[in-house]
Amino acid sequence: MTSRDDHLPDAEATLVALAERMRGAVAFDAAFVGIYSGGAWLAERLPALVPGEHQVGFIDVSFYRDDYSTTGLKGGSRRTSLPFDVNGATIVLVDDVLFTGRSVRAAVNELFDFGRPARIELAVLIDRGGRELPIEPTYCGARLTVARDLSIVLSRDGERLALGVERSDG
Amino acid sequence: MRNPQLNAHGALTHLLTLEGLPPDVIRSILDTADPFVSIAEREVKKVPLLRGKAVFNLFFENSTRTRTTFEIAAKRLSADVINLNIGASSTSKGETLLDTVDNLVAMDADIFVVRHSQSGAPHLIAEHLSAHGRNHIHVVNAGDGRHAHPTQGLLDLYTIRHYKKTFHDLTVAIVGDVLHSRVARSLIHGLTTLGTPEVRVIGPRTLLPAQVGALGVRVFHDMRDGLRGCDAVVMLRLQNERMKGALLPSPGEFFKHYGLTPEKLALAKPDAIVMHPGPMNRGVEIDSAVADGERSVILPQVTFGIAVRMAVMSMIASN
Repeated sequence: MTSRDDHLPDAEATLVALAERMRGAVAFDAAFVGIYSGGAWLAERLPALVPGEHQVGFIDVSFYRDDYSTTGLKGGSRRTSLPFDVNGATIVLVDDVLFTGRSVRAAVNELFDFGRPARIELAVLIDRGGRELPIEPTYCGARLTVARDLSIVLSRDGERLALGVERSDG
Repeated sequence: MRNPQLNAHGALTHLLTLEGLPPDVIRSILDTADPFVSIAEREVKKVPLLRGKAVFNLFFENSTRTRTTFEIAAKRLSADVINLNIGASSTSKGETLLDTVDNLVAMDADIFVVRHSQSGAPHLIAEHLSAHGRNHIHVVNAGDGRHAHPTQGLLDLYTIRHYKKTFHDLTVAIVGDVLHSRVARSLIHGLTTLGTPEVRVIGPRTLLPAQVGALGVRVFHDMRDGLRGCDAVVMLRLQNERMKGALLPSPGEFFKHYGLTPEKLALAKPDAIVMHPGPMNRGVEIDSAVADGERSVILPQVTFGIAVRMAVMSMIASN
């Protein structure tokens, strides 16, 4: 069950803050690659907020996750779609919540199976700490501290994004 | 009794037959196959899901195509693949099937892909593994006797869904030697489980099982009647050995009545697709003009077959 929490920032305002940090810092022709599903919604929105010519791609990391042998394939894997040449590209991986860093690790591995990017950066809406890998965001909308057994979840109603909290199972 | 293909949580742990498999399990295999199709378009055509796992292809009966597609599927999942042509080795020295299996288990097999001329051989192996508490080892049936060929059935379902989007308003005809065809049996079970309103079988009396109507299909002996209004036409291979037996007058006679020609295909819907599990006998069950024609999806079937086998192996290995 998702509940709204007074301590959570407004998702739309945080997206604007993230775009503000990317403006001027990100390469003019950087491609935005969203990690399904929350990151994909953000990657679709960012080109309108960050000046430049930004192509948009989507990545599903289910086949690259390190917890496959214990949790298996969850249903609803989607096709990774990168409609540009990854070789030599500047890519900004986009995700909604950065926690352990394992999804980002999987996404970086997957990108390299498409080619050799010139540079990969990382943009996240929320950095909630709790990293288990040496991964840090290049651009971050907001930083929060949340108990480990809670998940921060991005949801979308029409175009409007919202943040909520869920108790993790197990 | 629990379905031996499902574990205590209802998840797929072996794939032995499509008969009795719940529709949501079949749908989840087809859904999982979808993203695997696009892996062939990458620079590195591999994902690391089965890294460190050993897939043993146990082929007690020859089949280059099926073995190759399983091998490619396992390799694209980063598994180690060991091909055993058993017909030429252990069994000829007198070893029993289950002794062969136990030896391969001792070599740390994770998945057995089994093709056998005896119906039920993959099921026997799965039960044997389970009886010895080896629930972490999985079995995929790659064709057993006249019984089942579930991954072929699944790739046929995937192909039909790819071109027709849904099963709920379709008429599908399966034509030819249904009697000896495990492909036909698996496809019929899959189509009816997913709610296809009309599944037809078309063939001479000698090549249709006596009780085929009990599978929920409409039976036609006249191909022209049977093809009318079809959305998909699945041609079956007429095996050479059948032509030598008493079941058929001659290949030429069979082609006249049950070979798919452009003229007969014109009776199906204008956008009907033509499928064939291969290998084809041109001029026996299918005319070259149809096999190479624009409604033929025979080669896409082969491509989808790899993705479907990747989906099956990656799902069972994690359950």
